[in-house]
Amino acid sequence: STLWANKSTNLQRGDTASTIDVSVLDIRNTVGNVPMEWYQDYPHIGYNLDGKKIFKPIRNKDELDEFLDKMENPDYWRTVHDKTTASDIRLTDEQVDLVHRLQKGQFGDVNFNEYEPSVDFFTNEVMIHPVTNRPQDKRSFIPSLIEKEKVSKLVHAIKMGWIKPRKPKETTPQYYDLWAKEDPNAILGRHKMHVPAPKMRLPGHEESYNPPPEYLLTEEERLVWEQQDAEDRKLPFLPQKHSCLRAVPAFSRFIHERFERCLDLYLCPRQRKMRVNVNPEDLIPKLPKPKDLQPFPTTMSLVYRGHTSLVRSISASPTGQWLVSGSDDFTVRFWEVNTGRCMKTLEVGGAVKSVAWNPNPAVCLVAVCFERTVLLLNPSLGDRLVVSSTDQLITAYEPPEEDKEQAVTWALSEGLEHNMGHRLTLTHPKAVKQVVWHGKGDYLSSVMPDNSSNLQVLIHQVSKRRTQNPFRKNKGLVQCVSFHPLRPYFFVATQRYVRVYNLIKQELTKKLMTNCKWISSMAIHPGGDNLICGSYDCRLAWFDLDLSTKPYKMLRHHKKALRGVAYHRNYPLFASGADDGSVIVCHGMVYNDLLQNPLIVPVKVLKGHQITHDLGVLDVTFHPTQPWVFSSGADTTIRLFT
Amino acid sequence: MGGLQKKKYERGSATNYITRNKARKKLQLSLADFRRLCILKGIYPHEPKHKKKVNKGSTAPRTFYLLKDIRFLLHEPIVRKFREYKVFVRKLRKAYGKAEWTAVERLRDNKPGYKLDHIIKERYPTFIDALRDIDDALSMCFLFSTFARTGKCHVQTITLCRRLTVEWMNYVVTSRSLRKVFISIKGIYYQAEVLGQLITWLVPYQFAHDHPTDVDYRVMATFTEMYTTLFGFINFRLYQTLNLVYPPKLDSKAESELKAEHEEDYAMDSESYLEKLSALSASLARVVATAEEEEENQLDQFPADGEDLENMEAREKEQKEQEAQNRLFEGLKFFLNREVPRESLAFILRCFGAEVSWDKSLCIGGTYNVTDETITHQIVDRPDIDKQYINRYYIQPQWVFDSVNAKMRLPVEDYFLGVTLPPHLSPFVEEKDGDYVPPEKLKLMALQRGEKHVQEEEEDDDDDDDDEEYNDEVDDEDLTEEKNLKKMEDQRSQGKTLAVKVTPGKVKPWETGSVGNKVRLEKEEKAEEKRLAIMMMKKKEKYLYDKIMFGKKRTTREANKLAAKRKAHEDTSKAEKKQKKAKKQ
Repeated sequence: STLWANKSTNLQRGDTASTIDVSVLDIRNTVGNVPMEWYQDYPHIGYNLDGKKIFKPIRNKDELDEFLDKMENPDYWRTVHDKTTASDIRLTDEQVDLVHRLQKGQFGDVNFNEYEPSVDFFTNEVMIHPVTNRPQDKRSFIPSLIEKEKVSKLVHAIKMGWIKPRKPKETTPQYYDLWAKEDPNAILGRHKMHVPAPKMRLPGHEESYNPPPEYLLTEEERLVWEQQDAEDRKLPFLPQKHSCLRAVPAFSRFIHERFERCLDLYLCPRQRKMRVNVNPEDLIPKLPKPKDLQPFPTTMSLVYRGHTSLVRSISASPTGQWLVSGSDDFTVRFWEVNTGRCMKTLEVGGAVKSVAWNPNPAVCLVAVCFERTVLLLNPSLGDRLVVSSTDQLITAYEPPEEDKEQAVTWALSEGLEHNMGHRLTLTHPKAVKQVVWHGKGDYLSSVMPDNSSNLQVLIHQVSKRRTQNPFRKNKGLVQCVSFHPLRPYFFVATQRYVRVYNLIKQELTKKLMTNCKWISSMAIHPGGDNLICGSYDCRLAWFDLDLSTKPYKMLRHHKKALRGVAYHRNYPLFASGADDGSVIVCHGMVYNDLLQNPLIVPVKVLKGHQITHDLGVLDVTFHPTQPWVFSSGADTTIRLFT
Repeated sequence: MGGLQKKKYERGSATNYITRNKARKKLQLSLADFRRLCILKGIYPHEPKHKKKVNKGSTAPRTFYLLKDIRFLLHEPIVRKFREYKVFVRKLRKAYGKAEWTAVERLRDNKPGYKLDHIIKERYPTFIDALRDIDDALSMCFLFSTFARTGKCHVQTITLCRRLTVEWMNYVVTSRSLRKVFISIKGIYYQAEVLGQLITWLVPYQFAHDHPTDVDYRVMATFTEMYTTLFGFINFRLYQTLNLVYPPKLDSKAESELKAEHEEDYAMDSESYLEKLSALSASLARVVATAEEEEENQLDQFPADGEDLENMEAREKEQKEQEAQNRLFEGLKFFLNREVPRESLAFILRCFGAEVSWDKSLCIGGTYNVTDETITHQIVDRPDIDKQYINRYYIQPQWVFDSVNAKMRLPVEDYFLGVTLPPHLSPFVEEKDGDYVPPEKLKLMALQRGEKHVQEEEEDDDDDDDDEEYNDEVDDEDLTEEKNLKKMEDQRSQGKTLAVKVTPGKVKPWETGSVGNKVRLEKEEKAEEKRLAIMMMKKKEKYLYDKIMFGKKRTTREANKLAAKRKAHEDTSKAEKKQKKAKKQ
């Protein structure tokens, strides 16, 4: 329908414009006021009044035609292209004139006079005769009766005192003694709970108009202040110095600050905060002085040098005369403790993971583990009698009648190896990480950490050359094991727990929760009732086995992972070595009285090991008789602190 | 498991709190009215301990009020007044719309209003409670009294604030309770001790305000409404305690003195009276005319022994000092030049018993002229003045402030015309040990103890002497300061938990056996002991300890920074001085 309407309007326009239309043929287009691009693809451009198609001219003008036309046609300037009929129209002189006039802003009609004198619609002259000649009413001269009645009523009411003039309103507030009858007992309960608003902070020197020079900000400080957010600023304003009071300007944020205070007063939650007012000295626990807890190692006295790679493990002989160390440079070295001399160096076929000297003083045997082998060595140091009796002990073995299949193969060393000191070789199915002797010196345990099988811990009996696997089930990755010094208990440390087994009854007695992420080492007090655990998350847990399965104390003394812990056999001392290169010696007194808890006092921080490849101290062990501690480190040295 | 199932959020903390919007709905008030009510009644939001529980599991940020508080608001009679006012506005708008002017007038005349007296009484059950909370009221009223009457708030409010502040200042003058003053970049701080309460307020400088657009003046006006009521009652009570007439009247003697001249300059009588009062130059009328106000209120002597006696003596001493301070400027005659802030100076000087006057063109109430020969001090704040009288000191205004804070008349030489002023220190700072004390304060403290101002004089001498001596002195000073710095650093480093290193092959100092080594050794041992003990601290205590030590370290660091800055400044200024001298020669 819109199209129809368009068409009709176009028709009308066409009628009115017919005087302008000068084309000889009446080829007015009836498509209406539509974009002519719509007919781009058709041969025609619309319909004439008869409904016949109006066809486009056969040849369109191109640029060249246009140009030629421009050059040759003298009427080019007055030719207009009509899109609707696709024809050129030459404007007549009148039309050109009209265009010129419109361009100048003049009226289109030539004959229109824009400066005609104006004629008033009504005359402005006063006539002598009025429009109506009606005389004025009488009632406009005499007073109104109704009004009189009303007024007399009001007058009567005023006379009778019914109507009073309005009292002027009291605008100024009246003050009186509000607290005249002050009753302290009448205080509301709510008021007791009320938290009064804290007072505004009192100004400091920096707010003065003339502060001491040190309170003024330097150029950099000022820049920093300007760049900071308003909340982060330490001072809410810039300190300024004025030479005299007259020069002090108004503070631009005064109203702001007052307003913020108002907001604080009614929008901020209030809370009573207890401020801790303690003397920091009182917080430090009162411990016995280290001086009174002597003896303990205080200074480094000897450095045992010789290894070329990190020293994994050390062990002292039961007499305290010798020290054995195993290193990643595939050697085991024997040292004389007092002189620091290397007595012997034995090459083994792998990086030594652990060494352990037989605790029995009547036997001279050292267990060394590397790769899948546990080697029992006779270093031939010390008393000859002991050395020879040890050899005899090993050779005195008689194989049993029926040969049982064992988890490891026992092999007696002969020839060259025998001369080097090798006595027995135990070949394990998997890589061995740790060897531990039982206190009596006959049993030996080895650890093969493996998450997937139950064959992780083996107990060997040297005299009978027998091997047992005590566990049927895998309870997690075993980190280290240890024998109870007096009773038939066996301690197995997995990643997070230490399990205590009774070897005779063959059952689990206790499971200790260490609260550590990953246990690295473990040591048992010579009394057998206490245990310490070092862990890779910098903690040392002390367990009192009689007390609880949870640690009696957690010590976080080291900054980095603990690698080794050790108890002293006679003195109430224990030590821990960690990756931060320090050995911390603590006094750990255990009382016979069951009611008294152990006393733990750190007595000395021993430093000396250099940190190499993020590793510091790898193993610590105490001298069996003296209050001395050995430590082996990743810097290839072993150090003795006395 | 039996019994009724417990529903969540129907007991415990969830029921003790109410959100702001719910509270508003419960009170049937618009937010603006709710705010007004909270301001007037002193209700503030509460932060619940477990926000999630109170917020019924949601963690959206919400404002919580105690339900008890809101219930308490329900019974407030003012709430009804708010609603009445709302109705009034509606009626008025309607009347306007219908162009019923008589109705408009009638409505206007019966505009509902309310009084805050009962709220004040309820919020401050005792007078001391009210007095304790007056700091903000004072600051606010002083601010509002400086506003121009341009429609930021009602003119009545401004005049009322002005009246109340003038009354307050008159009270402080009469009771002589001003203690400390401080010129800051924000304005002038005053501290008065009224009935044992320390009251501090801030007065802006007398300039036209540049009204900020991001400030809600409605909130401020509501506060002011409350404060003016409170303040008026307090003023009334305070005047009563001093036997003064309220509203204040000038002493009849003073009034007649003032009346003689220039009465016709002031158009309105009521205004001129307030002006006269605000001039602070005359004393106030009393209910019972006392002969002379100076009755010594002696402390009663009670027989006491031991500690009590000591306390008593201390108190007595304090009181004596206080009295001495109150008479600080007694007998002095001041004249204020045009360029100094008249009101604050007149207020301070009058508080300490001085006589003050000013130019007649400046303000009403000046009692004598510049030409008066008995004037002892003229306060001037310009570099030079043409005509100077011989028998008076021309001093800068800071002298008055510093003298009040020092509780003694400071030597006037430092404050003469055109002299570079010494720094103006805040009297509110009380340094604890470890804090930085500016050297000016040390000097002042020495002066207060009665020591002579030796160093200054020496320095002056040195300036006249050779350069060498001057140098020596500089070095000495430098040394002492360096020592101080070192000491501070030492103190700081003691707190650190730095482990002593055991280095290989170190010969132990006891083998050398000297005394100094022994002392050091002992010190080291002590430090190590402490370190080891710190290792054994419990986690919680360790945290607290570390926090305390961190704070201590920070304060020392800041103090050191200030000291170093001061030293650098002094070095540069001295070098400049020297250069100048060299140039002269």
